Amino acid sequence: MSTLSRATIAQLAEHLENAELQAFDVTKITDDYPDMDWEDAYDIQWEIRSRKQARGTKVVGLKMGLTSYEKMKQMGVDVPVYAFLADYFNVPDGGTVKTAELIHPKVEAEIAIITSKPLRGPGCTVAHVLAATEAVLPAVEVIDSRYRDFKFDLKSVVADNASSARFVTGGNLKRVDQVDMKTLGVVMEINGQVVATGAGAAVLGHPAASVAMLANMLAERGEEIPAGTFIMTGGITAAVSVKAGDSVCVRYQDLGSISMTFV
Amino acid sequence: MLQPEQIQTFADELYHALRHQQMLAPLTERAPDITIEDAYAISSALLQKRIEIDGEKVIGKKIGVTSKAVQNMLGVHQPDFGYLTDAMVVDESEPLSLTTRMIQPRAEGEIAFVLKHDLIGPGVTATDVLRATDFVVPCFEIVDSRVKDWKIKIQDTVADNASCGYFLLGSQAADPRKLDLSTVGMVVELNGQVISTGAGAAALGSSPVSCVVWLANTLGKFGVPLKAGEVILSGSLVPLQPVKAGDYMSVSIGGIGRTAVRFT
Repeated sequence: MSTLSRATIAQLAEHLENAELQAFDVTKITDDYPDMDWEDAYDIQWEIRSRKQARGTKVVGLKMGLTSYEKMKQMGVDVPVYAFLADYFNVPDGGTVKTAELIHPKVEAEIAIITSKPLRGPGCTVAHVLAATEAVLPAVEVIDSRYRDFKFDLKSVVADNASSARFVTGGNLKRVDQVDMKTLGVVMEINGQVVATGAGAAVLGHPAASVAMLANMLAERGEEIPAGTFIMTGGITAAVSVKAGDSVCVRYQDLGSISMTFV
Repeated sequence: MLQPEQIQTFADELYHALRHQQMLAPLTERAPDITIEDAYAISSALLQKRIEIDGEKVIGKKIGVTSKAVQNMLGVHQPDFGYLTDAMVVDESEPLSLTTRMIQPRAEGEIAFVLKHDLIGPGVTATDVLRATDFVVPCFEIVDSRVKDWKIKIQDTVADNASCGYFLLGSQAADPRKLDLSTVGMVVELNGQVISTGAGAAALGSSPVSCVVWLANTLGKFGVPLKAGEVILSGSLVPLQPVKAGDYMSVSIGGIGRTAVRFT
């Protein structure tokens, strides 16, 4: 059940996308639309996606957010959120991220997969996901909420494409039977200092559970995960703030490392 | 700096507290000028009592205070160590009775090293540790403090045998030369829920290997070797978890294995 008119959704999508493209912060949209629901929030996100595609931007993947039980509890929800990844979000491994194009970026270490078969919910499980995983690879997400001082609620976050901004992937791919995604360790270093460590189970108990949930959430809108989709499964570490001059390196058990510099 | 009689008195008190599951006021409150060296002297005297009175045998060492969070809490920038005796071993197949054996227990997941060669500092490097290690195993350490409400400063925990309680080793072993111990992941589950994850680099911001290096070099200054066959607990990679009777905990370590403990 949506509560907002098509016109309001289009207007909010433009508002939030401009904030992203021009790197300015805004107040959370639920301040003005306190009654908006989850469907409205995703409608706005999908509208932003359409706006980008209309300009020739390609959608190159999907991502899950809020995938730790602890964060969900803090935010008072029991499901994570999803968002899309646009082509220009991608920064090569070893590349630079321009902070002038962002508001208040944070980095988090993730495990990503690429699917080999379509995944359609409802009823998608970890087993279906593992059977449809072509490769497991390391990824770092740079998130950048467009909301001032990170003051937001979850519906506002969903509308804001779940804070998606940039991402970097590593070139070390593994088959799903070559790694244990649950115990796979990650170590995040900023300027040579370890700032966070974790393992795959921080993501809903298993990163594949996050993908299963994505398929089930998309099914509610009649969508599926097509074969060949790149999916970032959610943050293993807490999101850590970065600034110009920082160099970030994330090391993964069995999946190599990823580095980037913020300028 | 304490007098020898004071050191012995504190050791006697800690031994009594240990055996009777009682808590003491922090030593640092009663003797504010206690040094870390005094604390190690108390720890050593406490161990002597366990050996002489109860016939316990030293089978290894534990390293503590290896995480940034705990170091900041205690205001120190180095780890500490305690002694492991045969009486502290919990078998993987048996439950650990908290009510009859412990005071205010907390569990932590660790990687344990079993040595095949002696390590004698100073001058021990990470390469030496890898060469001297027979294998690594998943480990639960159930720490406990004889100091009331865990109100410890570094001297309190050192004197209290680095807050050691019991430990349990898993039955899967791995060759550390085939692993990057700085990136191995750890997953701790309590009653079936993932409660924490971490990776090897949580140890000293480096690797569990660096903790063993530190211990070998620290003990080397006193002419004490780490001996072949000894078990070395390298320090927690995740936050400490208070546990109670009825709890079931497991730790899974990427590339090494899993172990679990049931508390009664």
